[in-house]
Amino acid sequence: MKARTLSRHLKESVKSLGRNGWMTFASASAVTVTLILVGVFFVIMMNLNKVATTLEQEVEVRVHIDVAANKEDQKALEKKIQGISEVKSVRFSPKDEELDNLIESFGEEGEAYKLFEQDNPLNDVLVVKTKDPEDVMKVAEKIEKMEYAAKVKYGQGEVEKLFSFLNGARNVGLVLIVGLLFTAMFLISNTIKITIVSRRREIEIMRLVGATNGFIRWPFFLEGLWLGVLGSILPITLIAISYNYVYDYLAPKLQGNFMEILEFSPFVYQVSGLLLLMGALIGVWGSMMSVRKFLKI
Amino acid sequence: MIEMKDVFKKYPNGVVAANGIDVSIKAGEFVYVVGPSGAGKSTFIKMMYREEKPSSGTIMINGINLAKLKTSKVPLLRRNIGVVFQDFKLLPTLTVYENVAFALEVTEEQPKYIKKQVMETLDLVNLKHKARMLPTELSGGEQQRVSIARSIVNSPKVVIADEPTGNLDPETSWEIMNIFDEINTRGTTVLMATHNKEIVNKIKHRVIAIEGGRIVRDEQRGDYGYES
Repeated sequence: MKARTLSRHLKESVKSLGRNGWMTFASASAVTVTLILVGVFFVIMMNLNKVATTLEQEVEVRVHIDVAANKEDQKALEKKIQGISEVKSVRFSPKDEELDNLIESFGEEGEAYKLFEQDNPLNDVLVVKTKDPEDVMKVAEKIEKMEYAAKVKYGQGEVEKLFSFLNGARNVGLVLIVGLLFTAMFLISNTIKITIVSRRREIEIMRLVGATNGFIRWPFFLEGLWLGVLGSILPITLIAISYNYVYDYLAPKLQGNFMEILEFSPFVYQVSGLLLLMGALIGVWGSMMSVRKFLKI
Repeated sequence: MIEMKDVFKKYPNGVVAANGIDVSIKAGEFVYVVGPSGAGKSTFIKMMYREEKPSSGTIMINGINLAKLKTSKVPLLRRNIGVVFQDFKLLPTLTVYENVAFALEVTEEQPKYIKKQVMETLDLVNLKHKARMLPTELSGGEQQRVSIARSIVNSPKVVIADEPTGNLDPETSWEIMNIFDEINTRGTTVLMATHNKEIVNKIKHRVIAIEGGRIVRDEQRGDYGYES
């Protein structure tokens, strides 16, 4: 294609947005509504996932080593645990470290436990992380059967509840996103139906004077692109501003609860990029759908 | 120039609109296509610019067989054929100039050439002074002149008109006919479907009458032949 033709298509597509003022408004609005819904939802989903991941990462199996075990028994146990396929890492935490942690976790009152430094009653511990946090139950069971594993702890009961909640939330999210996508398709294809009627004459005339299908498609392609981009401005602004507020409000409250939400940067930029891309795709898709019908010779 | 042989056209709903048409039109001819409504005039015309494809038979225009023409080549055919309609088919959002220039823009001509060609053509149809107006600001006759200008701006060898005076009053119709005559005297073949008895009987040209999808009459300098 000649550069002159491309510039003609560009000019034509921009002019056409103005000429079809109300149609432009209607189509861009459809994109806007869709993107606001998708955007808000996406932000919630991603944050839920972030919280879930941080929580999951806290999940570990603590294996108390029997005091009767000597150094070699200990090494053997560690090796055995490492041999379980679901295990990601095993860290040895000597009983002195365990006591320090305990003292620290009690704060000032922990001072009292310093007395035990002479005669530490705690066990040495192997801290086991699994590749998939949901495997902790399975791994814990296996370790329990091993020799010199005195006690195996992974927050029994709590962990199961947490996982069932997170899985539920993710599934609900998935269902909602699929539903949302269907709504979006419906919304946009309806707007397009209206647009078709007003544009069929234009396409008909282009065909009559000998425009190739490619030539006819170009301005519509670009127009769809502009529509999508126009339609994504408001959702992006809205999400950026409100996320800023929500983050400032929520982040301090969540701190110390093992929970974290995604920081403004780069998350909001990523979401913005995604919305822009989706808007452009939706716009182009809608526009191309409407032209296609009239290009069959 | 135009050669139809044994052309049949049956629509999916069973209507037979062309039932064995044989006709030959030489370059530079002016031909009226007449006949009652639903006789197959429109199909006859539409097959000429490949809006409809014949079910069987051959249609040769300038040595190209339209029955076998690939869909992707249709735009190239259309650039050599100007088409004028009863309802003008102008784009209401474009000015007179832009509507005419449209036909040249699609062929990716030089801007300079487009400007020169459009202004010359608008001059031919006496609308140079209204180039910046919108079609809605023009009378019916003027709108039809714009549409004629668009059909001839790329100097096609054939101009096909489907009831070009159908929406116009008698006086304006004569103006339009004068323009078609002018185009014809410059060497362009003109094919015109019409219901206008006065025009056909007064401005004498070849008349092809179609009834029931067949050519029932073909006379040089013929009459309209029907009660209007």
